[in-house]
Amino acid sequence: MSTDAGYNFAYLDESTKRMIRRALLKAVAIPGHQVPFGSREMPLPYGWGTGGIQVTAAVLGPRDVLKVIDQGSDDTTNAVSIRAFFRRTAGIATTERTAEATIIQTRHRIPERKLTEGQILVYQVPIPEPLARLEPRIAETRRLHAMADYGLMHVKLYEDIAKHGHIATSYSYPVMVNERYLMSPSPIPAFDNPKMHMMPALQLFGAGREKRIYAVPPYTHVRSLDFEDHPFRPIRAPHACELCGSRDTYLDEVLVDDKGGRIFVCSDTDHCQERQAMKEAAE
Amino acid sequence: MSTPLMEARGLQLRFGRVAALDDVAIDIHPGEVVAIVGESGSGKTTLLRVLSGLMRPDAGAVTYRGEDVLAMPEAARRRLMRTEWGFVHQNPRDGLRLGVTAGGNIGERLMAVGARHYGNIRAEATEWLKRVEIDPARMDDIPGKFSGGMQQRLQIARVLVTRPKLVFMDEPTGGLDVSVQARLLDLIRALVADLGLAVLIVTHDIAAARLLAHRILVMRQGQVVEEGLTDRVLDDPQHAYTQLLVSSVLAA
Repeated sequence: MSTDAGYNFAYLDESTKRMIRRALLKAVAIPGHQVPFGSREMPLPYGWGTGGIQVTAAVLGPRDVLKVIDQGSDDTTNAVSIRAFFRRTAGIATTERTAEATIIQTRHRIPERKLTEGQILVYQVPIPEPLARLEPRIAETRRLHAMADYGLMHVKLYEDIAKHGHIATSYSYPVMVNERYLMSPSPIPAFDNPKMHMMPALQLFGAGREKRIYAVPPYTHVRSLDFEDHPFRPIRAPHACELCGSRDTYLDEVLVDDKGGRIFVCSDTDHCQERQAMKEAAE
Repeated sequence: MSTPLMEARGLQLRFGRVAALDDVAIDIHPGEVVAIVGESGSGKTTLLRVLSGLMRPDAGAVTYRGEDVLAMPEAARRRLMRTEWGFVHQNPRDGLRLGVTAGGNIGERLMAVGARHYGNIRAEATEWLKRVEIDPARMDDIPGKFSGGMQQRLQIARVLVTRPKLVFMDEPTGGLDVSVQARLLDLIRALVADLGLAVLIVTHDIAAARLLAHRILVMRQGQVVEEGLTDRVLDDPQHAYTQLLVSSVLAA
């Protein structure tokens, strides 16, 4: 597919990109703090990554290589469409290899392969406010952030333990960024939370419908909240990947027939294929 | 006498043409229970809200341990509100999180001041449920399932768990039936004596005021019309309005 000449580079007009970059700079300067921005209508519905796609458009350069994943997978509709969108509107190269990408837009996962300096991870965020379920008034949540008054979040974790015997929050697990701002990591599994800590790559978060941008700069302290006697545990299914045999990656449970048959496979398709290729080469 | 814990002078607040507070002054000493009585609309609750920093007066000064409450930054005021102060609402639904278990409700203030050990928080919550006469077996029930009296006792436990020095109570026995009221008053009296709390209690129930308070302020149309020791004010009311108020109490 060739570049469509009818669009500005990466779809958004330059002044919009400038506005988003300003918000991004502010977000990077205050790690974990939600910065409002003038989110635009995008040619895809809310909930499909309108926030992430705007952040990607704002940071994309002509020499960037873009990878898009949805739940770890490169070949789902959402990932394929967003890659095609930027190929068409920006004429940039895309890839499915984590190692080759300079920008990775993601929905609900962090790649298994360690990200490096110079890479940017762009998260699609549905609900940026970690306190949203606990305090319905946005004005009040902003005040709580300003005062770093986060006892409420621990009440939620307390309730989890009281009801289930352990912290049952398995995704969108709240984190404390730079020991100052409470942040929602977007609905990534709690398993991925430790990867955010001291990550060499820049992490940007865009919430299109909620019109918020926030960021975690490289090498920033990110701590998952917990109790002293109920420490944070990254949870994964206690199985090995059916395809690559991995025992340390995040697994998806996949139904394979209508008789209850199921297998566990890596959610990160690129990582899984890499491991399969390595295994084959070794044989 | 000791230096007052809280002092207010010359408080003025108008809602349009209505003077809710008209040159009100009040002292609260450590360990003292002060009742504010008066009819509806006399400015009792407004006074409570102004003293606790929830509302700003048009004029006047409020100090807590020598610090100007009105000039305090919001962060400092909120810190006071969750450590040294407590606020018991008339309606327990305003003071509790109804979707959160009883244990979580009590634990919230502890967690807000930095408690991060689940076992300790739970032990403390159990202790406080016992103190307010709620069966600790109901710790993991949500307060929505509790009776009105239990909800009010839970609210008191939730406020007292951080051992505040000064508690504001807004008609804590309002809306409860008499036998439940009597138990609650008994409980408050025991806890106040036990913990040496200073309490500012707003009520229109003269009997409750007599039972709990050391001192009484009678308010009418935003002014304090009479002030003194509880027994003195109730047995020998000087102001015409106080006389009316005392004589209106129904004897059983």
